[in-house]
Amino acid sequence: MPRLTMIEAIRSAMDVAMGRDDDVVVFGEDVGYFGGVFRCTAGLQQKYGKSRCFDAPINESGIVGAAIGMAAYGLKPCIEIQFADYVYPGYDQIVSEAARIRYRSNGEFTCPIVVRMPTGGGIFGGQTHSQSPEALFTHVSGLKTVVCSNPYDAKGLLIAAIEDPDPVIFLEPKRLYNGPFDGHHDRPVTPWSKHELGEVPDGHYTVPLGKAVIRRPGNDMTILAYGTMVYVAQAAAEETGIDAEVIDLRTLVPLDLETITASVKKTGRCVVVHEATQTGGFAGELVTLVQEACFFHLEAPVARVTGYDTPYPHAQEWSYFPGPARLGRAMRETMEA
Amino acid sequence: MEPSRLKFHVPEPEVRPGGTPDFSNVPIPKAGIAPRPPVDTKPEDMRELAYGIIRVLDDDGNPVGPWAGSLSDEELAEGLRHMMTLRAFDARMQMAQRQGKTSFYMQHLGEEAVSTAFRKALEPGDMNFPTYRQAGLLIAGGYPMVTMMNQIYSNELDPLKGRQLPVMYASKEYGFFSISGNLATQYIQAVGWAMASAIKGDTRIAAGWIGDGSTAESDFHSAMVFASTYRAPVVLNIVNNQWAISTFQGIARGGAATFAARGLGFNIPSLRVDGNDYLAVHAVAKWAIERARKNFGPTLIEYVTYRAGAHSTSDDPSAYRPKTEAVAWPLGDPVMRLKEHLINKGLWSEERHKQAEAEVLSGVLAAQKEAESHGTLHAGGKPSVRDVFEGVYAEMPPHLRRQRQQAGV
Repeated sequence: MPRLTMIEAIRSAMDVAMGRDDDVVVFGEDVGYFGGVFRCTAGLQQKYGKSRCFDAPINESGIVGAAIGMAAYGLKPCIEIQFADYVYPGYDQIVSEAARIRYRSNGEFTCPIVVRMPTGGGIFGGQTHSQSPEALFTHVSGLKTVVCSNPYDAKGLLIAAIEDPDPVIFLEPKRLYNGPFDGHHDRPVTPWSKHELGEVPDGHYTVPLGKAVIRRPGNDMTILAYGTMVYVAQAAAEETGIDAEVIDLRTLVPLDLETITASVKKTGRCVVVHEATQTGGFAGELVTLVQEACFFHLEAPVARVTGYDTPYPHAQEWSYFPGPARLGRAMRETMEA
Repeated sequence: MEPSRLKFHVPEPEVRPGGTPDFSNVPIPKAGIAPRPPVDTKPEDMRELAYGIIRVLDDDGNPVGPWAGSLSDEELAEGLRHMMTLRAFDARMQMAQRQGKTSFYMQHLGEEAVSTAFRKALEPGDMNFPTYRQAGLLIAGGYPMVTMMNQIYSNELDPLKGRQLPVMYASKEYGFFSISGNLATQYIQAVGWAMASAIKGDTRIAAGWIGDGSTAESDFHSAMVFASTYRAPVVLNIVNNQWAISTFQGIARGGAATFAARGLGFNIPSLRVDGNDYLAVHAVAKWAIERARKNFGPTLIEYVTYRAGAHSTSDDPSAYRPKTEAVAWPLGDPVMRLKEHLINKGLWSEERHKQAEAEVLSGVLAAQKEAESHGTLHAGGKPSVRDVFEGVYAEMPPHLRRQRQQAGV
C-alpha cells in the first residue's frame, strides 16, 4: 500500500471526491493554479478544470459565504482557509449562516460545506499561523468539528466530511502534514513514509465522523487527545512509564462519549490535553463530560494540560507548546493524587 | 503659529423631529430622460445611470421614455393587486402583533413596488436571497398567504416549526432563500448561488437583496468582489429606503454620491431607479435579469424609495424623523402612482379601486381566519418542543438526543 504524507492524503481525498461527484468544488486563496500554500490542492485544477478548482480573492467571509450559496444551489463545496488564524472574517458566515440554515429553514435549504484549515503550532508561525480555534466551532450548534492526526484518517475523514449533509469544520494540524510529531522539536523529524498510519489506500474509503479510536491501549489512566497531541501523549506514556490509554478523538462534535467513558471507567484516571488556550477550551467540556459520566469511577481529579491563555508567542514557541514533559508532570500528579 | 486643528465629521440628516421635511437634497430627474442601453453594453459606457434615477411614470401618471412598455395591461393590473395585497397583509399582521398574536412584524409601507415588480421579471427556478422587507416576492410569486401567516404566528402549521422569528420565510419552490435576520450575509450567498449556476452550465440566475444601511457591512464588499471577479449571473439589489432604523442613509453612504456608484469601481453596471414606480422597477429588473442570463454578468441596482412605516413593530420613527416626512417624499406612493396610471389608461377607476381594496382585504381576512384556526403565538396549536431538537443536523447526534431526553420530550 502506498505511503503518503498527510498533505498527499488530503489531496487524494479531494481527488477521489471530485472524481466521484461533479458537484464537489474546491476553492480558496492560492488553491487553484498554484495548488495551495501547503500544496493540498496541487494538480486538482489541471485534472478537473478551473470551474471545479479555482483561486479566490483574499476574503474569507466571501469564500465561506459563496460556498454557502453554492451549497444552497446543490453543490458540495470543500473550501480552504489558508490558516485557521484567518478564518475570523468568515466566522459570521459559519456561525450565523452555515450552522443554522437547515434548522431555521426546517430543511428547506441545507449547507453541506467543508471548511478545511491548517491549525496549531510547532512551525514558528507566531500568533498569526499557530492558533487552535476548535472551541470556537465546537461551541456552535449545527457544526461538526473534525481534527485529523494522520494520513489514513485525514483521507477517510475528509471524504466522510465532504459526503456529510451538514457543514463540517476540518482542522488539519499543520505540524503533522509531513510526519508525526511528539513535541521533541530537537529530534529529527520522522516522515510518514516510516509510519504505519502513512499507509493510505487508493480510491474511496471513509473514516466515520463521530468515532474516536484508541491509539495506545493502557490501564493506568486515560489521555484524551486530538491532532498533534496524540503523539505527545504517546511519547509521554513511554517516557513516564505510565500505562496510559491514549484516545484520539478525531471528531470533537459529535463526540464519541462511549469510547471515552468505557476507557475512563476502566482506568479511573483521566488527563485531557490540547494545544489551544485553556479558558473556555474544549478540555473544559471533556472534563465536565467525564465527571458527569464517570464520577464514581474516578480515583483522581481530571487534569487538563493546554496552551497558556496568551497569544501564541514566536521565539518562546517550545515553552508554550504543551510537550511530553508538561503532560508527563500532569500524568504523574494524577497517578499520585 | 497655532497648528490647524483637525475636525471630526459626523453626517446628519437635513431635518429632525419638529422640523419641516426637506428632500431638496434628493434631486429627482424628469421621467423618461434616462437612456436604456442594450443589455450587452460595457459597464464603462453607462456610468451615468449610477447617478440619475431611471423613471418611467411621469408626474401625471403616464409612461415615458425608453424604459416604458415592459408590461401588458393585464400585468399592470395584476401588479397593482399584488401591491394592494401586500399592503393589506401588512396592515392585518401589524394589527395582529399589536393584539399579541405574534411577537414581531415588519411591514413594507411605501416600498411595495420594489419586491412585487422585481418578482415578475424572474423566471421559475431563479433564486432570491432576500432581506426581511421583500415579502412582495412571495405575494407576487403566488405563495399562499396563509402559509406566511402560519409562519408569522409560529402555529402548528408553521413550515419552519416555530424556530424562526416572524417574517423570516423560506421556500425553495418559490425561489426565496431562508432569511437570516443578520444583515448583508445573504448578499455574498446570492453571488455563490449564481456562481454555482454558471459552474453547472445552468440557465438560472440569482438575486441578492440588501438595504441602504447594511451596504456598509463587509459582506457587501465581499459580494461585489466575487460578483465582479467571476462575472456571476446575479442581480444585486440595494433598497435605499432612506432609513436604517433611526440612522439616515448618509451614515452608510458616507461621501459617495449614490449607493449605486459603489458598483462602478468593480466595473459592475450600476443603475439607480425610482423604487416607487412599478413600471420602472420592472423594466430595470428585466434588463438586469436578461443581462445576467445572457452571461454578461452582474448588475447593481439601487431602488430609491422611502420607508413610510416604522422599521419594525419595535420601532417608533417619530423619535428620529418628522412625522410628515413620508408625505413629503418626492417620489410619492407606489400604489397611488400605479392606480393613477391605470385610470389614465382607462383600465381602472376610483370605484374599481375601492372594490379591489375590499376584495383584497377579504382575501387577507380569509387567510388570517384560516391561519388563526391553527393557532397564534400564545394560543391554540403550536409546534412541538421536540422540534427544538430536530433539524439541527440531518441526523440527531447523541448529545442532542441526551438533551432532548433530559427535556422530557
